[in-house]
Amino acid sequence: MGKIWRISGPVIIAEDMRGSQVYEVVEIGEERLNGEIIGLEQDKAVIQVYEDTVGLTVGEKVTRTGEILMAELGPGLVGNIYDGVQRSLVTMKNEVGDFLHRGVRTHALDRDKKWRFTPALKAGAKVEGGDIIGTVQETGLIEHRIMVPPGMSGVIDSIEEGDYTVEETVAMLGSNGKTRPLSLMQRWPARKPRPYRRRFDPVDLLVTGTRIIDYLFPLALGGKAAIPGGFGTGKTVNLQQMARWSQTQLNIYVGCGERGNEMADVLHSFKELKDPGSGRYLQEKEIFIANTSNMPVVAREISIFIGITMAEYYRDMGYDILLVADSTSRWAEAMREIGARLEETPGEEGFPTYLGSRLSAFYERSGKVECLGSPDRVGSATVIGAVSPPGADFSEPVTQNTLRIVDALYSLDVALANRRHFPTINWLQSYSQYADSVDAWWEKVSPDYTEVRNQALITLQKEAELEEIVRLVGPEALPENDKLLLLIARMIREDFLMQSAYHPVDTYSDPKRSHLMLSTIMKFNDFAGGLAEAGMMVSEISASRIKQRISRMKDVPNDEIDQYIDSIRQDMAGGAVSLEEGGV
Amino acid sequence: MDSMQLFTRQTKAISTARRSLLIIESIPGIQFSEIVDVELGTGEVRSGQVIEVGKGTTVVQVFGGVSEVDLLDSKVRYKGETLKLPLSPDILGRIFDGSGKPIDGGPAIISQKYQDINGVPANPASRMPPAEFIETGISAIDGLNVLVRGQKLPIFSGSGLPHNKIAAQIIRQASLKGKSDDFAIVFGAIGVSYDDAAYFINNLEETGALSRAVGFINTASSPVIERLSTPRLALTAAEYLAWEMDMHVLVILTDITNYADALRELAAMRGEIPSRRGYPGYMYTDLASLYERAGRISGREGSVTILPILTMPDDDITHPIPDLTGYITEGQIVLSRPLDRKRIYPPIDVFLSLSRMMKEGIGEGKTREDHNNVFMQSYAMYAEGNYLREITTVIGSEALTDRDKVYLEAADRFERDFIAQAEHSRRTVEETLSVAWDIFSMLPEEDLKLINEKYIKKYLPESSESE
Repeated sequence: MGKIWRISGPVIIAEDMRGSQVYEVVEIGEERLNGEIIGLEQDKAVIQVYEDTVGLTVGEKVTRTGEILMAELGPGLVGNIYDGVQRSLVTMKNEVGDFLHRGVRTHALDRDKKWRFTPALKAGAKVEGGDIIGTVQETGLIEHRIMVPPGMSGVIDSIEEGDYTVEETVAMLGSNGKTRPLSLMQRWPARKPRPYRRRFDPVDLLVTGTRIIDYLFPLALGGKAAIPGGFGTGKTVNLQQMARWSQTQLNIYVGCGERGNEMADVLHSFKELKDPGSGRYLQEKEIFIANTSNMPVVAREISIFIGITMAEYYRDMGYDILLVADSTSRWAEAMREIGARLEETPGEEGFPTYLGSRLSAFYERSGKVECLGSPDRVGSATVIGAVSPPGADFSEPVTQNTLRIVDALYSLDVALANRRHFPTINWLQSYSQYADSVDAWWEKVSPDYTEVRNQALITLQKEAELEEIVRLVGPEALPENDKLLLLIARMIREDFLMQSAYHPVDTYSDPKRSHLMLSTIMKFNDFAGGLAEAGMMVSEISASRIKQRISRMKDVPNDEIDQYIDSIRQDMAGGAVSLEEGGV
Repeated sequence: MDSMQLFTRQTKAISTARRSLLIIESIPGIQFSEIVDVELGTGEVRSGQVIEVGKGTTVVQVFGGVSEVDLLDSKVRYKGETLKLPLSPDILGRIFDGSGKPIDGGPAIISQKYQDINGVPANPASRMPPAEFIETGISAIDGLNVLVRGQKLPIFSGSGLPHNKIAAQIIRQASLKGKSDDFAIVFGAIGVSYDDAAYFINNLEETGALSRAVGFINTASSPVIERLSTPRLALTAAEYLAWEMDMHVLVILTDITNYADALRELAAMRGEIPSRRGYPGYMYTDLASLYERAGRISGREGSVTILPILTMPDDDITHPIPDLTGYITEGQIVLSRPLDRKRIYPPIDVFLSLSRMMKEGIGEGKTREDHNNVFMQSYAMYAEGNYLREITTVIGSEALTDRDKVYLEAADRFERDFIAQAEHSRRTVEETLSVAWDIFSMLPEEDLKLINEKYIKKYLPESSESE
């Protein structure tokens, strides 16, 4: 047992700590505050403390636990809410009250709750790490597959169906004459990636239901993306939308240094909203980590790793997981604060020089993999990180370091927010490297996907060029064909890219629907081009009934959209005459 | 705690005095972050805080600096305490300084309850999303940037703009729609001029609100360190009133810019590595430790709503103070110098202002069914009018169509009739909405695309005075 030797903010130095290891968890003082050793020198250990250090004194005891920081993994994670070091906030609320006092400890997984375990194997089966030995129905949406922890192997001596707590033995594993118990729970060091057999290229679309993402800048299952944006650009709403509607089996929402009221809103809305596929409450496919901005800073650093460890664990069951982290900037700031306390040589803007490698250590744990063990299965973990650049200036270190790692960028634009164009993803600055790899997926939905997408992007690009001219000479001075291009671009923006998170239909747009909408606009382009050639003014085309019907397609319910679009297309196929008959 | 006070310990073993720091020989039992007294050889006593404690030496930051500290005769006294505020219902109607001492001539607060001013974070799982509309009587807020109970909504202002007037108007008028219970007001003045502080106090006195108000005043001439404790004292009082006395509390903090500058000054004296514009790297977290004390807790009656005021240096919204604030608060009310020059009061910039909690606070049963539609349509109309103004400056007004001219006029009327209102006018939310409907009646009806048809039938005034 050691003693406190020095205290400086969230960092303390303890003496008499010989024999401890880096990243070992320690308990500090009478209140047994949680901390983690981040450096050793002779008999002294440098410790970052996950709780407020106010009031600690020199000489208070520091107890080693002999363990590095582990995430608890097992049934009971889904639907739960954790702080940065995986204490259950629900349990704390019930046992301690509404405020987070220091030194409180809870288990991540409820120790009393019984789960129904159904074996998938019989005694005598030979198993190794990753093999599924049975299942537990964790929520209505998640079948929790109980796996042999990585690195273990042997023969199942006994296994029995029944109701178990997470600590009770569900099976005995014999190897080399010894038997070891297997329970529903396993533990894994949060900073260490979980193993898999091999990695695949991300080629399947992660359906988010947000049109501009799915169609123009698609994200692949197992991919990694960043969303930088100044305040007020709707970063959090975007992330919430993804966590709500993404067609994955499980989502993990890491609120890292963000607003408490917003977190409360997320927690409440997921209790009320339903998954579009299954009709069950979203809470049944969600894990929350809530380390708000007024909670201890140091816990922000580990919260991201706890989150990604959970994502990998469910990935290993063969599921597709989405992890959203809001915000990685607050995470980086926590590292900066610790770095400064350690008097490390700072890099750019005071951030530690290892900022880039720490960001990679997080993002690189995404991926689509063949999981360990049998039966053979494929799982994926997709990661989306929000970035909060100071002054919306993307040249700052966190944004720049992130851009070197991620393959998709959703750049949020203050100017669009001020125009109330939501989502504020800027179509000229955003990109996705997955666009080429998921086009095979898209072409199963529609063979002309690539063509429609390119056409739309080119139109938007040309619009940007024309706008410069409009600023100078006014829109009336443009030739008719340019006016038409502006009209089509505006339709793409207003009738396709703009999407309301609060409209019951518009909030989630499935790929087929998105394709119907955009391809209809592009067909209207051809149709209107014909009319313009025949001498019709763009202002007349713009006021046409058919154009107005296209503007209203966003709100048409899913079961009526096919018919609605069909009739628009038929009228266009009928040619110019019907436009006139349709009345202007 | 009591027993500790009997054993007040002191040391004269000061080895170094530099910048604002003293390095002294450690005494067993010194707590990290505790407040100490530094007694100079002249008898003067200054406050200090333990910012680092080690086995051999302890570092103390002296508030007010180390000038005249001598290493031979000065003493450092430990009290074994962090800064605490005595709490009881008697704090209502009282005024304190930035260290929590009464400055209104009244007696000291007698209490069994001493609360650490840093507060304890609320469990996110215990929070309740704010959703109750606060009627401020100001159209630009109630109509377009709705404030709800438990929200933190700052006013981003500039020097010389009427933020104090607006804050005072909100204090006078704020009420929960349909209910008569009044807000308790907690007022924290941070490094403001004596006149500004007096303005608020007088305003509270005149309206009779002082009896349900608590003030914490740190004027520009008070110690810089107390700029950091003033908002914490105010919020500690607010939390007490909200969570233990079941009151709805409106906290006004002005001016956060002075707070941030004090934070920078003290960080620089410690020789910390600065971040943007010299402000410390932890300023986001530090500001969050104030703003995040707003909220609602499920199962508790009260609420803490925070209205911080900050003046943007050089009107620059990307300056670290408004920038970091905007990342923490749930929106912002931005004041506009051009509107102020046009003599529009309150000069609220509708485009830059935003309330993130608005959606939750409006609609049928809360304000009125058409509120969201009216908000969207007003915004679109005003934006179009503004765009046309810009175009007009480049290409002249001849190129405008008749429709464009209607929108230009509508934008002017929107500023004149909707945004502008008298300092003592209190509009109900219905009145606010009907001002907007009046302006809509200028527009071609088919342009009201963002409004549900049944509301158009119900609320649109019979076709306007067509000249």
